[in-house]
Amino acid sequence: MSAPGTTTYREALREGLRAALAADDRTFLMGEDVGRYGGSFAVSLGLLEEFGPARVRDAPLSESAFVGAGIGAAIGGMRPIVEVMTVNFSLLALDQIMNNAATLLHMTNGQLNVPLVIRMTTGAGRQLAAQHSHSLEGWYAHIPGLRVVTPATTRDARWMLKAALEDPDPVLVFEHGALLTEPGPDPSDAGEVDLDRAAVRRAGRDVSIITYGGSLPKALAAAELLAAEGIDAEVVDLRTLRPLDTDAIVATVARTHHVVVVDEGWRSGGINAEIIARINDHAFFELDGPVQRVCTLEVPIPYAQHLEEAALPQVHDVVRASRIAVGAAGGSDG
Amino acid sequence: MTTTPESVDIDLPIALDRLRAMVRVRRFEERCVELYSASAIRGFLHLAIGEEAVAAGVLAALEPDDAVVATYREHGHALLRGLSMRSIMSEMLGMQEGCCGGRGGSMHLFSAEHRFYGGNAIVGGGLPVATGLALADQMQARDRVTACFFGEGAMAEGEFHESMNLAALWELPVLFCCENNLYAMGTALDRSESQVDLALKASSYAMAAWVVDGMDVIAVEHAARAAAAQIRAGGGPVFLELRTYRFRAHSMYDPDRYRDKEEIERWRERDPIALLAAAIVAAGGPADPVGDLEAEVAAEIDDAVAFAEAGTPAPVDSLTRFVTSEVAR
Repeated sequence: MSAPGTTTYREALREGLRAALAADDRTFLMGEDVGRYGGSFAVSLGLLEEFGPARVRDAPLSESAFVGAGIGAAIGGMRPIVEVMTVNFSLLALDQIMNNAATLLHMTNGQLNVPLVIRMTTGAGRQLAAQHSHSLEGWYAHIPGLRVVTPATTRDARWMLKAALEDPDPVLVFEHGALLTEPGPDPSDAGEVDLDRAAVRRAGRDVSIITYGGSLPKALAAAELLAAEGIDAEVVDLRTLRPLDTDAIVATVARTHHVVVVDEGWRSGGINAEIIARINDHAFFELDGPVQRVCTLEVPIPYAQHLEEAALPQVHDVVRASRIAVGAAGGSDG
Repeated sequence: MTTTPESVDIDLPIALDRLRAMVRVRRFEERCVELYSASAIRGFLHLAIGEEAVAAGVLAALEPDDAVVATYREHGHALLRGLSMRSIMSEMLGMQEGCCGGRGGSMHLFSAEHRFYGGNAIVGGGLPVATGLALADQMQARDRVTACFFGEGAMAEGEFHESMNLAALWELPVLFCCENNLYAMGTALDRSESQVDLALKASSYAMAAWVVDGMDVIAVEHAARAAAAQIRAGGGPVFLELRTYRFRAHSMYDPDRYRDKEEIERWRERDPIALLAAAIVAAGGPADPVGDLEAEVAAEIDDAVAFAEAGTPAPVDSLTRFVTSEVAR
């Protein structure tokens, strides 16, 4: 248990699930090891005992079938929460996510909406190597018909699920594995959140660090280091990757005129590139210099700790990119 | 393990009704070929000519509350589920009046009102959705069956195996209807399956699995009724292997190089419409039961084509509607 007034990202996720299951009989949680095992990351621990095996439903290892079953159940009047253990395994369900969940409403001319929430753990940083370390939320954000959300705080971990379940269309929730033990304020009474809006997590005047998900703590840590150098960084948490909150992006650029985008996805064709394109489209004349980006090196994620660290965005990379963005000395070899 | 329900004597009024169903589908699709040749219908067009007994028999066994999930070869399923010929033909012509507003076309006929859930063009992709529709019914204690059609080609797909396992494991009310027409596009069954006894394969999921003559509409209906009754009684899913044959190519693009003409001719001797017509005559029914239907069916098709041709092309300014739902959050 956490100290009074505080919690962890994992506990906040669990409270969100518990509240959702308690609030609506149509809601059920389905996925691999969500019940007896307690969730492969212990997020759903205790929920089987509280809600029973029909509503905390262990599924066989068949991602395509149980994601598709979630789609069918949603069409059939339920409000399923499907847990795909990790984003890596969601690739086995890509047909259902893309060809059915994302497509049915439009293809049927508005007849069939799919009120389905799919949760999955994403990201690297735990030495799980190339097949268990993907950050594909930006990929999914490419697909019209999906909403893609990336809780990064205990409040969003607790409350985004409620908003996602109220959405009449499919919502993909990407929970970063490295955040699970991250402490934060107890959000029980913090109240509902808006899935359409990005959030400024730290206000600043000199440079905007735009990020989401597991990179948020790194961006905030970088901002503290930059403050010691006299660079006042603003940190924007996108929260939702589709639809992107373009207004919030434009607003922060208009405040600082210098931008660093931090994205744990690969650089080429990533959500980072779309963010920069939005700035180009809507805030080009607000820029005082080229946008910098800190992304994962374009390699499969390696196992060895020093190699993995070298592959992923790190605090010092964000610091260095921010110095370059504002034209400060030490940017090239910080 | 695998059993085949006994054939039954025909009941003349029922037989005439099923004959009418199959003739409607056959003539509708023949008209689609003409419209395709005239470039009024474009894209892919997959015909079920020769396979009409499958849809006619299974759909006759379902109730209005049941659900249907079909494939891209689904004109007949949609029509016999109750979608109007006008709405289907309008869809084929890309009109706003189409059942999907011209967005789906031949491969994606849907009607929420009829619980007709496609029109799925990824082989095997409909099976998980059907499993979920059945799960919703089970969890809400509704007495419904979800009929899921797929070709034998789907049985090589992972989604087939995952869905069969899930449906059997959770005893879900799904009627799995394998339309075995012996060819997955151009790949013959014995070139695509290590085990060509499909009912045997299905039965390995601890599921009742029956082989049915898919050219005999009465046998298909009989089997589907027995299966649906077993499912409604809580017996879990049932698999039907419906042995049939398509008389025409896979799609309008297919030169049909992979089959012998003699094989096609042999199967044409078991044309489901001719077989039932002969049985009706033998049972003392009208002398030309198909001929008796032609004028009425042609009139329905003429009406549907005229309606579709006079339709409104789906407006471009509506293109971005329904990417997401249009409701207040």
